[in-house]
Amino acid sequence: MLRDTLLLALPVSAAAAALNLLIYPEGTTTLLVLGPFRVTAEGAQVAGLTVLRVLAIAAVGSAFVRSTRPDALVADLEARGVPARLLFPLAAAATLLPATADRVRAIAAAQRMRGLDTEGSLRARLRGIVPIALPTLLGVLDEVEGRTLALASRGFGRPGRRTLLWRPAEAGVERAIRPLLVLGVLVVLLLRAGGVSFP
Amino acid sequence: MIRLSGVTFRYAGADRPNLRGVDLLLPDGSVTAVVGPNGAGKTTLALVLAGLVPGVIRGRLEGALEIDGVPVTEGGAEALAAVTGICLADPATQRSGIHRTAWEEAASGAASLGLAREALIARVDAAFRRLGIERLAERDPARLSGGEQQLVGIAGLLAMEPRHLVLDEPTAQLDLPGTRLVLDALAALAREGAMIVIAEHRTDELARIATDAVLLEDGAVVAVGPAGPLLGGPLPHRHGVEERWATRLARRIAEAGLTPPADLGEGA
Repeated sequence: MLRDTLLLALPVSAAAAALNLLIYPEGTTTLLVLGPFRVTAEGAQVAGLTVLRVLAIAAVGSAFVRSTRPDALVADLEARGVPARLLFPLAAAATLLPATADRVRAIAAAQRMRGLDTEGSLRARLRGIVPIALPTLLGVLDEVEGRTLALASRGFGRPGRRTLLWRPAEAGVERAIRPLLVLGVLVVLLLRAGGVSFP
Repeated sequence: MIRLSGVTFRYAGADRPNLRGVDLLLPDGSVTAVVGPNGAGKTTLALVLAGLVPGVIRGRLEGALEIDGVPVTEGGAEALAAVTGICLADPATQRSGIHRTAWEEAASGAASLGLAREALIARVDAAFRRLGIERLAERDPARLSGGEQQLVGIAGLLAMEPRHLVLDEPTAQLDLPGTRLVLDALAALAREGAMIVIAEHRTDELARIATDAVLLEDGAVVAVGPAGPLLGGPLPHRHGVEERWATRLARRIAEAGLTPPADLGEGA
């Protein structure tokens, strides 16, 4: 899970952190000057927080994907009356996350076979981002289009109730934890509404 | 019955249309082979016939599409799912990616029709039997080979029991026995009154079941007519399509300055 989280979060968090680190006009305490850029303590603090936030979001996403069977989620929510038009794109998107991580690994391996240096110096690694990111993005877009076509042609957006084949059994521990989780979310929301801030 | 009148389609952002002024009448009970070189417009024609453009795939559609006498309007893909089924060339992107077994994957489309649970199970079981793939039912669809995934996708399509089926290179990843199973199942459906359209490169196998053929090139219809003479004649080869083996043999014999047997070649 840690590997997937890092794989998904690093490109976004690195870009966001670099922007905040190098371009933070509100910063007053200068730590370092790099040509036209001024690294400030305030900018470094915001950059650190940004990395933590993106990592937290990616960790939640990875934990969700790792702990939840998409078919069980879909079957259960369908049984509770959630329309398939909403469910299937969400579930399909969730399954795209691990598929994208696999795709990144496969493309990186293919590019290494063609001589791309992805494990050398920092400069070499940075040069390797575009040859991996671009085919990944194009591949994901292609896959999304294919799945959209497949879902549309199989009538997932049709009005009316789908036939339910099964409903996942619920473990006792899941029944016990659910109200606690809901309570936890409510407490956090109330704290935020009351002025308590979180990083 | 599907009728296309003056259908022209240009993908959003494309500088030229992928289909140009296509007029076709595809009657019930027919199996129409659509052949043409790469980029001829076969996939686009399949998407138009399934009602997926311009509602799902964006672009500009001109002309008229009529299914069973009813004009198809934009955004009708979901309503059409029970009427016209489509099987695309890449089986991997046709999986929902959600289900754990091939059987559930195949059932997911028919489940959209709101059938009774028992009827749905019976339909999916029958589709698996028809294609001889009962052994795949409990397998993880993501771990099937390309050909097996294609068979499961076609089983899902058959389970929806659409009146019309459009298949874009359905046997591209199948071996010969798999190809024959799929084509035999499609021929049986046509005998029951379904209208089948198959875009394919393998003209020899296709000619076994096709009643009609359409030759496309550069988005336009070059020729249309009964499958035997059209697929067995010289036109497909002239337009970059693999000719049937008998036609090729007759041509090679003639090129060598000999006279091919009369029963070889056209119509073979």
